[in-house]
Amino acid sequence: MIEVNAVYVLIARDFKKFIREKGRLISTFARPLIWLFLVGGGMSRLVSPGMGLSYMQFIFPGILGMTILFSAIFSSISIIWDKEFGLMKAILVAPVSRLSIVVGKALSGTIISVIQAAVILMLFPFLGIKLSLLSAVSALAVSFLLAFSISALGIIIASFLESMESFSAIMNFIVMPMFFLSGAMYPVKNLPEILKLISKLNPLTYGIDALKHAIFPDAGIFDFPLPADLGILIISSAVFVIIAGIMFERKKTK
Amino acid sequence: MSLIKVENLSKQFGNLTAVNNISFEVTEGTIFGFLGPNGAGKTTTINILCTLLAPTSGKTYIAGHDCLKEPSEVRKNIGIVFQDTTLDKDLTAYENLMFHACLYDVKRSVIKERINDALNFVGLFERKDDLVKKYSGGMKRRLEVARGMIHRPKVLFLDEPTLGLDPQTRAHLWEFIIELPKKHNVTVFMTTHYMEEAEVCNNIAIIDNGKIIAAGTPEELKKTVGGDVIYIRTSDNARAKNEIEKLFNLEVSEKDNELFLTALRGDACIPEIIKAVGETVLSVRLQRPTLNDAFLKMTGRQIREQNGSPEDTIKEAVRSYRRRHDRG
Ligand SMILES: Nc1ncnc2c1ncn2[C@@H]1O[C@H](COP(=O)(O)OP(=O)(O)OP(=O)(O)O)[C@@H](O)[C@H]1O
Ligand SMILES: [Mg+2]
Repeated sequence: MIEVNAVYVLIARDFKKFIREKGRLISTFARPLIWLFLVGGGMSRLVSPGMGLSYMQFIFPGILGMTILFSAIFSSISIIWDKEFGLMKAILVAPVSRLSIVVGKALSGTIISVIQAAVILMLFPFLGIKLSLLSAVSALAVSFLLAFSISALGIIIASFLESMESFSAIMNFIVMPMFFLSGAMYPVKNLPEILKLISKLNPLTYGIDALKHAIFPDAGIFDFPLPADLGILIISSAVFVIIAGIMFERKKTK
Repeated sequence: MSLIKVENLSKQFGNLTAVNNISFEVTEGTIFGFLGPNGAGKTTTINILCTLLAPTSGKTYIAGHDCLKEPSEVRKNIGIVFQDTTLDKDLTAYENLMFHACLYDVKRSVIKERINDALNFVGLFERKDDLVKKYSGGMKRRLEVARGMIHRPKVLFLDEPTLGLDPQTRAHLWEFIIELPKKHNVTVFMTTHYMEEAEVCNNIAIIDNGKIIAAGTPEELKKTVGGDVIYIRTSDNARAKNEIEKLFNLEVSEKDNELFLTALRGDACIPEIIKAVGETVLSVRLQRPTLNDAFLKMTGRQIREQNGSPEDTIKEAVRSYRRRHDRG
């Protein structure tokens, strides 16, 4: 059902383009840095989350989650470009299952996102965080799960859209709300019921919660137990991939 | 053997009938031309044959496989050059071909050789490491033909392979399209607007408004025009007209001081005309019917209307522009 060669070549193509585009490379690292140091640094003087953490430290897992969110969505949304410029048609007439295409795309978004998250994770000494090797490895493992889930979600979004015109709508109405309602910048516990409900439907919430478990295992700033976080990430990944596969399988009959 | 078989195929978009109950077959190892004006339904037919679109009704088979029920078998057997360019501009030519070869699971051991052969075949080997965005329209088109052949398909679809290219590049592209059936044992299905290009086809179907209005070899289609046209200038047109009419029992007309007549085998008539009115003849020229004349005769209009609908004109201008510039 899944052709390894197709999955491999879809990843290789995206990876090649990722390292070739210097502009994108710079901006993907600039965004988390700005949030971490300019927003986080500034807010540190105003709020103190307690539990022995500064605000900048508190949002560190959230900034990792944000890095993954933007990178994974952006990577999946590039499918719309492929549709606009036709390459997707060339991929769709190749003898590969639609599931392979979806898995290949989701994995390429995942790998690129995890690389970026790993670079941001290396900033921990500048924030005065003590990170054990186990914590670092767990954080990367969680990043992988989260990135896969978000990439697959991005593919579902992309499958509804035919042109890049809707890009800013996706950013404003999906990506930014996902970011703010994920516990990245403040705990979701204290939000009004309706927003709390939305945050519970957001896979990013569980990813960031799991990252908090991994990076600050003793701080007690979590909303859910770790197994619940991981379980939800795994299940959502599988569900999103299957839905994306079905979306791709649908014949265009309109 | 028929490699492509289409039976009573129809496709509706809402209440627009893009393809209206067409049937045809394409024999292995031949070049089949699918001709028609803008919006005739050519691309829609190709999209159905290459499994991108489901038909409203009717059946289509490639190499004996049903396009709707066995899409993966069909996909293994086909290569396509789409009407609009579908290369990855941010990759090099070599990388584009490598991407495609991996997608088609071409064996590792032959992959490099295939790619290099293909690049040589279309004369792009020297430029293989350039990003495709730096390619000209003609180079992109050639690269796409090379890409379509990398996995050695049985059937190659070419949707308007030469649209928007200059005459020189068009001629160049045709040189290797014509070689394909012999060299790679591939059956070619192509669409075009340029009637004169369709002369290279073994068989042609002309489609207009979703319906096939004529099919046959280029020779057969041209015969429907009724023969060649002979133009004669003489020093005494009135007398020559009389003589020639008596000679062939045909009507001779006059326009701009020039006589002309339509005859089935024009080349054979010329010597007799010279014999009859030789001393007064100033010039004789023969015009063979073209596929354009055939289309004109069947539909009452040119395939490429000088004053086509503004929408088509714009559509085509944009396509040509895209093809020549990097966006394509
Ligand atoms: N996805 C679609 N939705 C609605 N109508 C469509 C769609 N695709 C094609 N059509 C319509 O179907 C008709 C046939 O289009 P098609 O693209 O097959 O023409 P064509 O012969 O390829 O023309 P051209 O020479 O301009 O490429 C046109 O009227 C077109 O507007
Ligand atoms: Mg077309």
